[in-house]
Amino acid sequence: MTAAASAVATPPVRVYRRRRGWIAVEWRELWEFRELLLFLAWRDITVRYKQTALGAAWAVLQPALTMVVFTLLFGRLAHLPSDGLPYPIFVYAGLLPWTFFANAVTSSSNSLVNSANLITKVYFPRVIVPLAAVAAGLVDLAVAFLLLGVLLLWYHVPLTPMLSLLPLMVIGTVVAAVAVGTILSALTVTYRDFRYVVPFTVQLWMYATPVMYATAAVPVRWRLWYAINPMAGMTDGFRAAVLGRAPLWPVVGISSLSAIIALGVGIAYFQRVERRFVDIV
Amino acid sequence: MTEPAIQVEHLSKAYTLGVRDRGYTTLREALTSTLAAPVRRLASLARGGLDGGSQPFLALDDVSFEIAPGESVGIIGRNGAGKSTILKMLSRITEPSSGTIAIRGRVASLLEVGTGFHPELTGRENVYLNGSLLGMRRAEIARKFDEIVAFSEVEAFLDTPVKRYSSGMYVRLAFAVAAHLEPEILIVDEVLAVGDAAFQQKCLGKMQDVGRGGRTVLFVSHNMAAITRLCPRTLLLRHGRLAFDGPALEGVHAYLADGVAPGGLEWELASVARRLDAYGERARVRALTLEPLDGRRSFRVGEPLRLRVTFDARAALPSAGIGIGIDDLYGNRLATFNSHERGVVTAVDRDASATIALAVPCPSLHAGRYSLSCAVTDGGQLLDFVPQAASFEIEPIDLETGQHVEPSPGAGPMALPCVWTVA
Repeated sequence: MTAAASAVATPPVRVYRRRRGWIAVEWRELWEFRELLLFLAWRDITVRYKQTALGAAWAVLQPALTMVVFTLLFGRLAHLPSDGLPYPIFVYAGLLPWTFFANAVTSSSNSLVNSANLITKVYFPRVIVPLAAVAAGLVDLAVAFLLLGVLLLWYHVPLTPMLSLLPLMVIGTVVAAVAVGTILSALTVTYRDFRYVVPFTVQLWMYATPVMYATAAVPVRWRLWYAINPMAGMTDGFRAAVLGRAPLWPVVGISSLSAIIALGVGIAYFQRVERRFVDIV
Repeated sequence: MTEPAIQVEHLSKAYTLGVRDRGYTTLREALTSTLAAPVRRLASLARGGLDGGSQPFLALDDVSFEIAPGESVGIIGRNGAGKSTILKMLSRITEPSSGTIAIRGRVASLLEVGTGFHPELTGRENVYLNGSLLGMRRAEIARKFDEIVAFSEVEAFLDTPVKRYSSGMYVRLAFAVAAHLEPEILIVDEVLAVGDAAFQQKCLGKMQDVGRGGRTVLFVSHNMAAITRLCPRTLLLRHGRLAFDGPALEGVHAYLADGVAPGGLEWELASVARRLDAYGERARVRALTLEPLDGRRSFRVGEPLRLRVTFDARAALPSAGIGIGIDDLYGNRLATFNSHERGVVTAVDRDASATIALAVPCPSLHAGRYSLSCAVTDGGQLLDFVPQAASFEIEPIDLETGQHVEPSPGAGPMALPCVWTVA
């Protein structure tokens, strides 16, 4: 490689000057930095579990304990409809994508501010920082799947061809998390208020998502508006895929569209404000 | 004719003053500021100017230079002169406000030792993380791993979290990673200010190798000895402007004379910014005065070095003293004098000041230019320190005989008394 480089008389020139307005994503450069993304995600995971007694078990415990609480509160006391399924597995199947999304959004929105020491000292495409925060959450999601397997066996829920929908729903959830995460990470750099806004909003957001209740419980005339929340369709589709039900296709469809649009807006906004980060972070 | 590796044209960087304090750090301010904008605009129109608001501060002001491939160039200047700003723009960390930078070749910049090092991760893990941040591929790090570890001398602790490392070990490991980058252009900011002397020598050696290997090196330092050793050429920055571009020694001369009236004998130091952090809170050096014999503006060879330092106490100082260091032009310390080590201290009340004088009867220095660093101590504890506070000249004239005495080149700074005999 070195020999090849020196054989070329003059390496290609790169020119830096002030850029204005909307800036296109340099996909090739992003691809060149893919290893850094994995390293940062790996660092997040390693550091998170390094000094904990239970380690990665927390990835299961968090949704598992929530499941227990929700089952007691909403399943037993409030008798929320659960599509005729046992409430624990119904709510756990919704908590999986939701917990991933909530954690990914929370950690990626703080990620740029927490990486100030990197951003001010070394160059790389900044969008890698919130992306890595989302990627780190995927590992927790994978671990949390283990308990889902146990629950499926326990409640004798058979796997059906609907399961083939699952990868798409996971991708859709990742898209939604990246979209919201990039916007919030950029906003948090500029307005530190978002450090307080985000946890609170994410909490409320869960009520607008079919985690503890079934999507069918939402009145039909509200459903289209309801589906603008990308996590509405993703959670519904995720649960349908795992538990072998038919998802509410219109909701899944609108949510997918909404996630893709949000991703476009998120990346565009991030690119636009990215160049200011280092001067204000 | 080869194209320059780095070509900088009319480069400027403006910061809005106070951006950190009252910029759009909270949403409320952003909203009120947006709403208030039309009113403010009217108000400033009424005052007779369109942009009557915040004045931009030029951290870098219309700087142009070219660096040829394989050249080693030092960048020097006082704190706040724009050195770091230039490096950050060359490293793409921040964007120019105006002007252009053209770069030919792969750049690696080292603005800090151990960027991204995480205390909880082991040495091994941090090598991979840090290498990746500096732009190395995983395979490349794996290939050089043994070499990196050998250079760092921390083999035994590779699987220990770096939070348990001594600061020396930490720095050695971090520099070892950076030293094994293979860029065409290497940008280094003051990383040699850390680590023990032996390791600093090793780092300097490594950087010299990099330079000899035909790579372009850009090096910022306050260590004039390192600059003159590594770089044949220096750029001197002064208040964001390029004040000098040429041979290293001349640049260093100009740097040391910066902010100092030529031939001046009194240095006002109360407001000098190049103090070390946190110094100057309990006591502050106010002035340093040189006192050559017969009212001359410079010393002669063999003449006693006489000076006095006045300092202000901002707290009661029971046993205040003064420290003076003599450095050569390369920043090498030649001699240090501490009054408290000789029992010369004085009690100073709060908000009072005191003056302590020093005479070195036979300074034993060859003709040349030297710089003085100056400190205030209390009970031997350092309270204020102004590096390179002043500089003085020893003329090549013997004090006793009045004859011209030019030292032979490379003779070293000392003219120690001696007795020669033919045995």
